[in-house]
Amino acid sequence: MNKIVIEDLSLQYSDGTESLRGVSLGIRQNAVTVLFGPAGGGKSTLLRCLNRLNDLTEVKASSGKILIDGENILDPKVDVIALRRKVGMVFARPVVLPLSIRENLTYGLELAGERRRVKLDEAVERSLRLAALYEEVKDRLDDPAIALSGGQQQRLCLARSLVLQPEVILLDEPTSGLDPISTGKVESALQELKQDYTIILVPHSIQQAARTADFAAFFLQGELIEFGEGKSLFTTPKEKRTEDYITGRFG
Amino acid sequence: MEKSLTWREFVITRLIQTSGYSAIVFVALIFFFLIREGIPTLGEVELSSLLNLRWYPIEDYFGILPLLTGSLIVTIGAGLIAVPFGIGTAVYISEIAPRWMREILKPLVELLGGLPSVVLGFLGILVLSPFIRVFLDLPTGLTALTGSILLGGIAVPTVVSVAEDALDAVPRAYREGAWALGATRWQTIWRVTLPAARSGVLTAVMLGIGRAIGETMTVMMVTGNAPVLALKLGSLFSPVRTMTATIAAEMGEVANGSTHYHVLFFIGMVLFLISLGVNIAASSVVFRAKKRAERILS
Repeated sequence: MNKIVIEDLSLQYSDGTESLRGVSLGIRQNAVTVLFGPAGGGKSTLLRCLNRLNDLTEVKASSGKILIDGENILDPKVDVIALRRKVGMVFARPVVLPLSIRENLTYGLELAGERRRVKLDEAVERSLRLAALYEEVKDRLDDPAIALSGGQQQRLCLARSLVLQPEVILLDEPTSGLDPISTGKVESALQELKQDYTIILVPHSIQQAARTADFAAFFLQGELIEFGEGKSLFTTPKEKRTEDYITGRFG
Repeated sequence: MEKSLTWREFVITRLIQTSGYSAIVFVALIFFFLIREGIPTLGEVELSSLLNLRWYPIEDYFGILPLLTGSLIVTIGAGLIAVPFGIGTAVYISEIAPRWMREILKPLVELLGGLPSVVLGFLGILVLSPFIRVFLDLPTGLTALTGSILLGGIAVPTVVSVAEDALDAVPRAYREGAWALGATRWQTIWRVTLPAARSGVLTAVMLGIGRAIGETMTVMMVTGNAPVLALKLGSLFSPVRTMTATIAAEMGEVANGSTHYHVLFFIGMVLFLISLGVNIAASSVVFRAKKRAERILS
């Protein structure tokens, strides 16, 4: 079942750099959908449209629709704050806020108005377990989050978006700064998470794309070239350009 | 070739070194001069007389407390105006204003910072003080409040410009992280951006206050220059006289080497110490914040 339907989405930044051209795509619930392709292809732009983070950058023109559960989220009347709670996001560089580990996690809930200590503690533990970080930090929840290692910080960011119990999780090259062991931990956490969430991932390498994708979409210069099941797309791509990119002829 | 190059290198290094040292030397000389001319006060006037409540040098009353409190009340008033306004403007420019607005506002604020204070004093006398006299129904519009408002206006550009730089230096990723968690714009500013820029914002406040306390021309023109002890809230609405204005007004007509002359220098010393204190406070705050950051990152 499609959780998200993107219909003919086009977008241009005011400085004319990166843009999307007529992208249409259906994103399946409880699966990992991978958006991949060379830099400047519009993957991050698409990701940022899905939680309207692009509202805060200078966009010249956009058209098309993004339906999440049948509701067009590009409609100006949509409550953006509620949308961002429903569609969580993890960035390439872990952005831990200058607070303690616990506060980093409870922050989003407090913004949403949750004050009860028991609820907050519950949410902290649940989300840390989901992000496979609980065992490593359970004894030092009040330490500054910046003291964690890069991999731990990234899983903290994952946990932080999980705290709000979103329905969709967007990940923009979440492992680009991480060592292979941490990368493995994040990837296996994603495989666990997809049972309850819809996950959209921009991977930092083709190998990661192939490892994690249930579905994959190949983007080139703002256009969606090919979309299909991960297994078939990475073994028998239909498009020549997809094949060239996967086999390393360019990119 | 080799030789001449090293020789040139030597000369340039020394030149830079000399100009670097000269800055320190000048400050030291100024301080030495202040002390040499100011310290004799302690021999000529008794301490109890200095702490007197009357400043009337012609009859040998050298109570500097009215001047000290005058400076304090005007500066505190200016701070109360400049800090919220300055930080508010900085937040608006860096966080809320669209780009074209920012490109107009930022140079404008910096231009405002370069406005000669005499011009502001002029505005104060002709526009602000009549307004205050009528609006608050006071016998005179030349009050501590008038001075505070104008000094606030003088300090605002300093606060804005430094605080805006600090806010601007906060990585965009912090903001996006907060937005992605469903924080509103205001929540992001109040709970993420401002705390992250805390040390820079504090520096801005200190610099603004430093600017206000050392300002002479404007306060001399608009505060009425009556050396009255200003301790009550009501003093805000009556004339006061600040330390800077006293020195500026009386230095020209005082006999060189007289007691009055020495007392004026003594006031200068007090001012110097106050602004030194403000600066040390500012840099220690910044230093502490830096050290804390280093400890966390290491």
